[in-house]
Amino acid sequence: MGDYTTQELLSIFAMQGFAGFSLFSVLLLMALGLAIIFGQMGVINMAHGEFMAVGAYTTYLMSAMSEKYFPGFIQYYFVFAIIASFFIAGFLGYLAELALIRHLYKRPLDTLLATWGLSLIMQQSFRSIFGAREVSPTLPDWLLGSYQPTETIDIPLNGMFVLALTLVVTVGVFILMYRSSWGLRVRATTQNRVMSGAVGINTKKIDRLTFALGCGIAGIAGAAFTTIASTGPTTGSLYIVDTFMVVVFGGAGSLFGTIFSAFSIAQAQSILEFFISGSMAKVFTLLTIVIFLMLRPEGLFASKVRK
Amino acid sequence: MVMNFMYERILGGKNGAIGIAILAVLIIIILPLALDLFRLNLVGKYLTYAFAAVSLVLLWGYGGILSLGQGVFFGLGGYCMAMFLKIEASDPVTTSIQSTPGIPDFMDWNQLTELPWFWVPFNSFSFTILAVLLVPTIFAFIIGFSMFKRRVGGVYFAIITQIIAVILTVLIVGQQGYTGGINGITDLKTIHGWDIRDDSSKYILYFINAFLLFGVIFLSRYILTSKFGRLLLAMKDKEDRVRFSGYDVSNFKIFVFCLSAMISAIGGAMFTLQVGFMSPSFVGIVPSIEMVIYAAVGGRMSLIGVVYGTLLVNFGKTIFSETFPELWLYLMGALFIGVVMFFPNGLAGIWQKHGTKLVACVKKMQCVSHVKAMIETRRAGSKPAARLNAENVSGE
Amino acid sequence: MTNTNFVLAIEDLTVSFDGFKAVDSLNLYLDKDELRVVIGPNGAGKTTVLDLICGKTKSTSGSIKFKSYELTDLAEHEIVNAGVGRKFQTPSIYENLSVYENLEISFPKGRGVFGSIAFKNTPEVDARIKEVAAEIFLGEFLDMESALLSHGQKQWLEIGMLLIQDPELLMLDEPVAGMSVKERDQTEDLLTRICKGRSVLVIEHDMDFVAKIAHKVTVLHQGRILAEGDMRSVQNNPDVIEVYLGH
Repeated sequence: MGDYTTQELLSIFAMQGFAGFSLFSVLLLMALGLAIIFGQMGVINMAHGEFMAVGAYTTYLMSAMSEKYFPGFIQYYFVFAIIASFFIAGFLGYLAELALIRHLYKRPLDTLLATWGLSLIMQQSFRSIFGAREVSPTLPDWLLGSYQPTETIDIPLNGMFVLALTLVVTVGVFILMYRSSWGLRVRATTQNRVMSGAVGINTKKIDRLTFALGCGIAGIAGAAFTTIASTGPTTGSLYIVDTFMVVVFGGAGSLFGTIFSAFSIAQAQSILEFFISGSMAKVFTLLTIVIFLMLRPEGLFASKVRK
Repeated sequence: MVMNFMYERILGGKNGAIGIAILAVLIIIILPLALDLFRLNLVGKYLTYAFAAVSLVLLWGYGGILSLGQGVFFGLGGYCMAMFLKIEASDPVTTSIQSTPGIPDFMDWNQLTELPWFWVPFNSFSFTILAVLLVPTIFAFIIGFSMFKRRVGGVYFAIITQIIAVILTVLIVGQQGYTGGINGITDLKTIHGWDIRDDSSKYILYFINAFLLFGVIFLSRYILTSKFGRLLLAMKDKEDRVRFSGYDVSNFKIFVFCLSAMISAIGGAMFTLQVGFMSPSFVGIVPSIEMVIYAAVGGRMSLIGVVYGTLLVNFGKTIFSETFPELWLYLMGALFIGVVMFFPNGLAGIWQKHGTKLVACVKKMQCVSHVKAMIETRRAGSKPAARLNAENVSGE
Repeated sequence: MTNTNFVLAIEDLTVSFDGFKAVDSLNLYLDKDELRVVIGPNGAGKTTVLDLICGKTKSTSGSIKFKSYELTDLAEHEIVNAGVGRKFQTPSIYENLSVYENLEISFPKGRGVFGSIAFKNTPEVDARIKEVAAEIFLGEFLDMESALLSHGQKQWLEIGMLLIQDPELLMLDEPVAGMSVKERDQTEDLLTRICKGRSVLVIEHDMDFVAKIAHKVTVLHQGRILAEGDMRSVQNNPDVIEVYLGH
């Protein structure tokens, strides 16, 4: 610790902090989708990581198609890729709910197992379609490079983009869930399904769309993810446990809790990583969260839902 | 009196006794005779997984508690045994080429100069056996106490067990010098001078393993046929009601969780002995959830069923991975979905529903043909050929 | 302070959910062998009082003394072991177990982990189970899976599960709700029998039934006691008529 000057230390903190921000964005985007599905519907979707991978692969596909057929488009395809990821992942989520999830609402443990099975099938599909090796889309120029506010601080542009995207999506989700009439219907269905049905809300359709929305957001997370790392068939499974942890730690029903939780976990891990080894940083963070959850299982910000 | 007790409580009445008998014949007589040593060793390996599956019958089938971290306990038991065997395999003579002879090779590569403090007690075999039984149990007690006393259950519990599995995996992989890292603890040779790599040893270990497995099944059967077992079922159904009948529900859950941990750990230790190594790939999320699928396929309410489930899924994996590797993951995924949607009580459930009818039907058909044969021989005046006997003994 | 002659002494009991006081500074005293019926409009807090006594809900303030125990300090199972039995409004039995097994589980022996593993169904236990089963009209149905019983029979089974514990304080939440006329009569008979020799707290809406069994009646309204006394005086109380009984 003593080897660095104050200026260097501050720069390190800034960069590690920013690296923490990048991790925070990915975690939050994943967790948002899952918070909606788990928090609002009580459904455990172990295939959530695979829906993220759908988004990543969609982006890769669009990049490949652009390169092959519309080379001039390569600078612009990314925004379309994000939108496409949302809809494709969302659509697949819609199908999954229709075929599988809707039979299992009363049995959360079984949903866990069934969606794990779904994730295996999806992983193998990725392997069959795209091959076992990792792929990466060609990123447009405006995403490459970095921003250097001072000599010693070096902030990558893709990280800033992901952060901005996360902000947009989070605000969008907030508006949708808490300020729109559709969001109101979703929340009503969660809190009292029978009454909601009695007042004319089509609860089945709401469920399907909510699940699709959650998966769609995961798709956006996947698109964002491609700016940071490459994608392989098992990429989804790398993040699923972390994502669940973020949601459960923050408090399943609370949007703010999810945000706060993703932030603290990401920052804690990044900063710790600098001082102790990567694996011990992870162990320490995970252990703290588990102990916390043992003491307070409802998470940081429990929503007051009366059963 | 004692015979009755044995029959009802440990063998499980008529159906249970027949089930055990068939399984025993299969595992102790048929397979060792039919398979070569290599394949038998594989079966032995699968049977160690069956310990974890049996533990899930208690915990999940009867207790309704889904643990996605049984690999943790399997691994803890396995690592305890591996540590003992590794110390024995790292005597100063064999390791004389190391910078520090007398310690395991991976410690030497990581520049350790002496055995870490928590390795030292594993010099003793009796300590190792105690550790295999107690370390996972104490671990489970801590986890169970903090969660069940706070009424954390269901999905939250399952996710937390997953996180714990990740923690242990990351810890083991990250602390290479102390644990052997991602490759695990390998190159195990002898136990008290007895070479576990010999052909004869492998046979003996197979039978010890089978013996222990049946022991564990009998113990579980005894517990499940007691009031405790009925209470577990009641708690699964209506936990609050049980509380209001005067029971401290959390104590029961803690007990069944600890017992399931101990059983899985025994399996882990036997794995290390039969396969000759232990690594973090048996500790984490994936192996833990595979143990759940063994129990689900075999029938989470059936102690015998889960053994078949374990053997079936593992044989399937071996066969498919060789011939159609791509197909295997699809199949596993489909298994998960299929079990949950269509046959929640696994093969045992299917057997109970349809199998008994089938057997009755077959028996009736045989009765008809038996009678026919009797009539024929009466006419012919000679003794009937004893060809119907083998099939008649089927029972269940 | 508290008078220890009472079997149950509730003093200043309050429970508030997010500011709403479901039970408000309640004082209620139950004598030994008394049968008290609690009546009142829906939402008056009747079920909440039972929830507080048996530990299902935690009070915000106040005390509940049962014999010498302070119930607000105890966990649910400890309250049961102290001698309090509660029947829930909707029949709460173990559906996938038989009638016999339901009663066996409720038998007050082998309550610990190891006790339950070692629990032996002795002839005494067996006899007691059959005795209780006969009392609750289910003597012929011992092996039937309890999910298959009728609504009324399920209520009886739950009463049986309480009886077999021999509680000193029995709490029944709407014991005849949803029963046919014949079942109602049988239940009246059953309750009259089992209420002897123990203190009973009943919540009911059926006024004829209440008149037949009550020693004393307490009327709750908005979490407080509106009136208390024998059935006649309560029925003629103008406040009670206004709020609940109607003209």
